[in-house]
Amino acid sequence: MSEVVLEARDLKKYYPVKKGVLQRTIGHVKAVDKVSFELHAGETLGIVGESGCGKSTLGRLLVQLERPTEGKVLLEGRELKTDQELREMRRDVQIVFQDPYTSLNPRMTVGDIIAEPLLIHKKDLGLKGTERARVQELLEQVGLNPEHINRYPHQFSGGQRQRIGIARGIALNPKVLVCDEPVSALDVSVQAQVVNLLERLQRELGLAYVFIAHDLAVVRHISHRVAVMYLGQIAEQGEADQIYSHPMHPYTQALMSAAPVPDPVIQAQRERIVLSGDVPSPANPPTGCRFHTRCWKAKTGTCDVNVPVLEHKGKADHMVACHFAEELTSVTA
Amino acid sequence: MAKNKQIREPEGFATWTPSDGHLLDVRNLNVEFNTRDGKAKAINGASFHLDRGETLAILGESGSGKSVTAQTIMGILDSPPASVTGGEILFRGVDLLKLPEEQRRVVRGRKIAMIFQDALSALNPVFTVGWQIAEMFRVHRGCSKAEAKDMAIKLMERVNIPGAAARYGNFPHQFSGGMRQRIMIAMSIALDPEILIADEPTTALDVTVQAQIMELLKELQAETGTGLILITHDLGVVADVADRINVMYAGRIVEQAEAKELYASPAHPYSEGLLNSIPRLDQSTGQLVAIGGLPPNLTKIPEGCAFNPRCRYAQDVCRTGEVPPLVDLGGNRSSACHFVSELVAGTLQPNGLQVVTGIQPAVAEENGDQA
Repeated sequence: MSEVVLEARDLKKYYPVKKGVLQRTIGHVKAVDKVSFELHAGETLGIVGESGCGKSTLGRLLVQLERPTEGKVLLEGRELKTDQELREMRRDVQIVFQDPYTSLNPRMTVGDIIAEPLLIHKKDLGLKGTERARVQELLEQVGLNPEHINRYPHQFSGGQRQRIGIARGIALNPKVLVCDEPVSALDVSVQAQVVNLLERLQRELGLAYVFIAHDLAVVRHISHRVAVMYLGQIAEQGEADQIYSHPMHPYTQALMSAAPVPDPVIQAQRERIVLSGDVPSPANPPTGCRFHTRCWKAKTGTCDVNVPVLEHKGKADHMVACHFAEELTSVTA
Repeated sequence: MAKNKQIREPEGFATWTPSDGHLLDVRNLNVEFNTRDGKAKAINGASFHLDRGETLAILGESGSGKSVTAQTIMGILDSPPASVTGGEILFRGVDLLKLPEEQRRVVRGRKIAMIFQDALSALNPVFTVGWQIAEMFRVHRGCSKAEAKDMAIKLMERVNIPGAAARYGNFPHQFSGGMRQRIMIAMSIALDPEILIADEPTTALDVTVQAQIMELLKELQAETGTGLILITHDLGVVADVADRINVMYAGRIVEQAEAKELYASPAHPYSEGLLNSIPRLDQSTGQLVAIGGLPPNLTKIPEGCAFNPRCRYAQDVCRTGEVPPLVDLGGNRSSACHFVSELVAGTLQPNGLQVVTGIQPAVAEENGDQA
């Protein structure tokens, strides 16, 4: 396997909950709670989970838009401490945001938007006035017309705006691109165009992606490895095909079975697990296994007391955090 | 409120029987929006029908006119800027478009009800949810406050809201997304409507909650025999529940088929393109076959077949000829494509032209349709 480019080690992000006139901290929202993983060069790690599971916070931690409460992000094995190190790191780890409507400044031209990272890192990169040519090259690379460099974001459709966001993300030749729900705001026919673009760029530039999404089918399509998050923690992690064909964590199984397959014949044969209830509040997560309140396999005395550890089970690289992990193969078959 | 009760149902409602035709029959509907760039033709001659107990899905991307269709049936289009320029909407044999507004109010909510996509903005934030559900009974049925409250709590129980009586006094923001959608559903079924229109009811929800909501809708439909129109862009959700599917593109129905057949062998290049462009949960596929280009600008719908600039089979007749009509293929299925027989037979060859992904002016977004 290729080298590790990005590593998260016991990452935690707690947001304080304040109350009253004195704004005293009365508790914490544990958005990300002890998450560790490795990202290898040129691979795609998909992160799935329901809203509020902390997947977007994790993405922001990886690009250091948020500083972790505890834990570290290592870039090629190096820890980042000084501002100078962070600045260098930001060249290598870039992000594409979910909403192509709010993540582009409406008062800047597309050329300026894409050139901005180049200008910020101009000194470090030793650039001298060649940004325009580079921007046009980038526009072409993401399938936009280079002549439209002087247009404004509102003159583009959603899919095209997402392409602009991607062009900005790859402007500095990063090693890692964190994509936070990059296609969920797009129409299905346009979604495929953007997914194909991301795959092509990965082949051409050797990028590694952290692909955060709630759409399980898209994640399966684009990812080599997948991590399933629940309430700020990774419940299951492993090779994409392995996770999708042999999910071991009950939450993954429920998630897979709830996602519809676009084929009425197959859909009618699938076994459905409909979870009851909603995701508990991350400010007050359940004791023991965080999933036990919605889990149909939970046993009192074990699941509500002991916290399960994310450990290797089944095939290599397949990690599950469940006391009673067992295979349930019929769910997606 | 009392005034409302005096208005009688439109004549013909009571005497109508299923043998007289479809419960809802939309014929050649046309809706336009006045925009700064000219007239946006949101619906261009859409025709479809719905029977009791049936689930019809209207499938389309943003800007295809699916939400506008729903709003037109409900009679809640903002006009101006919108205007219905043609067609009829027959419900129980009566053309809703010809009814005076007073009588439409009788239909709206009581006969045809709607579930909106975004429950948080559809519910009033300053009233408790119980009060809002009970309002249906107070206004339409003339119930007393106490009666209405009892009925509202029963309804909340029916849509599986835990601790319904205790949550009667809660405000919309105190509920989760899935629970809010249940409240929307409770309101829509309050008056036992004959038709329920669900406009992207699960788009804003997580998959696990989406499954719960679809399950609930199915249950309620089985109980009451309501006709359900499900408006969505999600081919997965549709596969699960729809009996029949209408695929919409640029304000027209381009294909109409039973769900199983549509997925097994699409009879329109757009439906085929949609099915090929989505990744699947149950398969690890190779490259996705995307539909090139963008949905058309509704103020400048392409000549000929509206889909021709993005169609990989397009020939000259598609570009300059007449708009292909929706042709009946037998077996409860129809398609609006010049080459439908070749497409179904599998002998249609791509034209080999590259679809240009270059820039067009941004798609008209005035019609309130959300992706």
